[in-house]
Amino acid sequence: MSFANILSKRNRALLRELVATDFKLRYQGSVLGYAWSLLRPLLVFLILYIVFVRFLKFGGDIPHFPVYLLLGIVLWQFFADMTSQSLNSVVARGDLIRKIRIPRWLIVLSSSISAVINLGLNMVVVFVFMLFNDVDLMMTALRIPLILVEIYVLALGLSLFLAAAFVKFRDVSYIWEVFLQAGFYITPILYPLSQITNETFQKLIMLNPMAQAVQDARYSVVTHQTQTIHQLFNTIWPTLIPFAIVVLALVIGVFYFKKEANYFAENI
Amino acid sequence: MDSSSDTAPTDETVIKVSDISKTFRLPHERSASVKSALINFRRRGFERQKTLTDISFEVKKGEFFGIVGRNGSGKSTMLKLLAGIYTPDKGTIDIRGKLTPFIELGVGFNPELTGRENVFLNGALLGFNRREMEAMYGDIVEFAELERFMDQKLKNYSSGMQVRLAFSIAIRVQSDILLIDEVLAVGDERFQNKCLKVFQELKESGTTIILVSHDMASVKRFCDRAVVIHDGHLVYEGDANKAASEYVKLNFPETVAASSGRNKFDKQQDKITVRLKNVNGKPKSNGVVFSHGDKLTFDISWQSKAAARNVGIALYNEAGQYVFGANTILEKQEIKGNSIEYSLTLNVGDGDYYIQVGVFGKTDAEKVYFLEKGYEFKVINDEAWQGMTHLPHEWRT
Repeated sequence: MSFANILSKRNRALLRELVATDFKLRYQGSVLGYAWSLLRPLLVFLILYIVFVRFLKFGGDIPHFPVYLLLGIVLWQFFADMTSQSLNSVVARGDLIRKIRIPRWLIVLSSSISAVINLGLNMVVVFVFMLFNDVDLMMTALRIPLILVEIYVLALGLSLFLAAAFVKFRDVSYIWEVFLQAGFYITPILYPLSQITNETFQKLIMLNPMAQAVQDARYSVVTHQTQTIHQLFNTIWPTLIPFAIVVLALVIGVFYFKKEANYFAENI
Repeated sequence: MDSSSDTAPTDETVIKVSDISKTFRLPHERSASVKSALINFRRRGFERQKTLTDISFEVKKGEFFGIVGRNGSGKSTMLKLLAGIYTPDKGTIDIRGKLTPFIELGVGFNPELTGRENVFLNGALLGFNRREMEAMYGDIVEFAELERFMDQKLKNYSSGMQVRLAFSIAIRVQSDILLIDEVLAVGDERFQNKCLKVFQELKESGTTIILVSHDMASVKRFCDRAVVIHDGHLVYEGDANKAASEYVKLNFPETVAASSGRNKFDKQQDKITVRLKNVNGKPKSNGVVFSHGDKLTFDISWQSKAAARNVGIALYNEAGQYVFGANTILEKQEIKGNSIEYSLTLNVGDGDYYIQVGVFGKTDAEKVYFLEKGYEFKVINDEAWQGMTHLPHEWRT
């Protein structure tokens, strides 16, 4: 899995076709088609907004809370979609794996790129929301690409691991579904972190890379009134833990995938 | 169209398979789950199935090489190992040159995509980029003869059309070694001839071709050399015609016994008994697979109450065609008692045959006893000629 190999002409061409096929097939037979990739997070947002912001009065003291909420949902949805689609990707492409020698990781990579394209579209929606909400564009917005890369790398590491594990153990998809559900609530997406009064819990929650990344993203583009990991801890070391988790996820994912990939054809 | 010796294979080895073994772990319980994996952590419920054992062979550059074996013999596993789809447990495969990475036509074809989209997807899987595909798109469509259908979804194609499209893309792959799994039998006859022409051209241009098959006719027709794999072991490596007869010898008795139960070596029906006495002068009381040129001697006897004045023996092939016949009256043989010995040299080509025996009175119409199928057997022709029988012939050049 050398880097030069990833960028080879052949692999790029194949990646492009796999991603294109994925897009063509995803909304096959639906009337609204591609519009669904934007509509889905918007509808989720609408429900959560009505229930939590209008009814339960969450986030009262945070300016631009609708944008704050939407950004959190979009980022989480990206993480959830990418990992759950990638999880299934190798098994779903079993016909290819059993009949042709192509780099196995290309399959996971292609499903991750589909998710990235979706994220790009959704970020445009977030931007439109920001304009309507009169959110000032801050210098810190320049950090956004780095934060997105962090989420992508975390999701990629997990995707590789999950996709390889799913070939052998089909329960992985159910476990991951529950895990994502739990993650959605443990990560401060719906509620401002300040709503949790116990500081130890706050700190524990923020060690989760998704919580750290979502809060950093909100801080960077929506409002500086977002609690980030840097405000919670006084020293630098604990704030590195989420990044260490990201790197670890990637290393384990790549290592496990590489080890299992040779036997995908016979195990699927 | 015999391709066996169009281009002489060179001495350069392009594939060297050394001591390959492959074992599959087949779980007893199909539902592989974390729970069962945890519970059965120590005594895991699976069976090791050794599919290939210590296989070694070499393929030379430019050869048309066959891998033959029955279903389940391990030949497809061998092909997948060559293609790099499976990883061997043990042993090495050295490949010099570019090898086609696919073992089936139309890999990745999706019924929901149009013909055109499928061409580009399949092309990318075979290693072409968009620009290369655009350049050869016209030729692909033309070869497949599907110009009018390219914007329709693949699910609306007939299976023959799909195969034509897949084949047209596959032959664009410029590789040094081509792997083929039984694709010679695709499409209608006209398209098949087109395919054969392509193989011919590939072979002439020095491409090494590996064909995996259980169809001995194609192996004999195309291959220079072949290996026979039986129950995961390599049992023969060498001349393709010889390999084909090895294959038939290995498999035929079993299949007949299993399928029909007609494989009785002493055939008794309507009171005539046909017994194989010897083959090429060596005593032999049974056998159903013979080589071209074998001399079979039968003991034919019948119940003694009728006066037999004529005994006729005929050889029929599997299609029920009358191949050869003779009777004692015409050949002025006198019948003594109620038995006769009959020897026949099998100067016939490949195929299944049976012997018919009639014991007659004065005229043919007066059948005393008649045995429709007296002895069934198979003939393998491992010589260089083809057809139903070997006729004397000469070449002058």
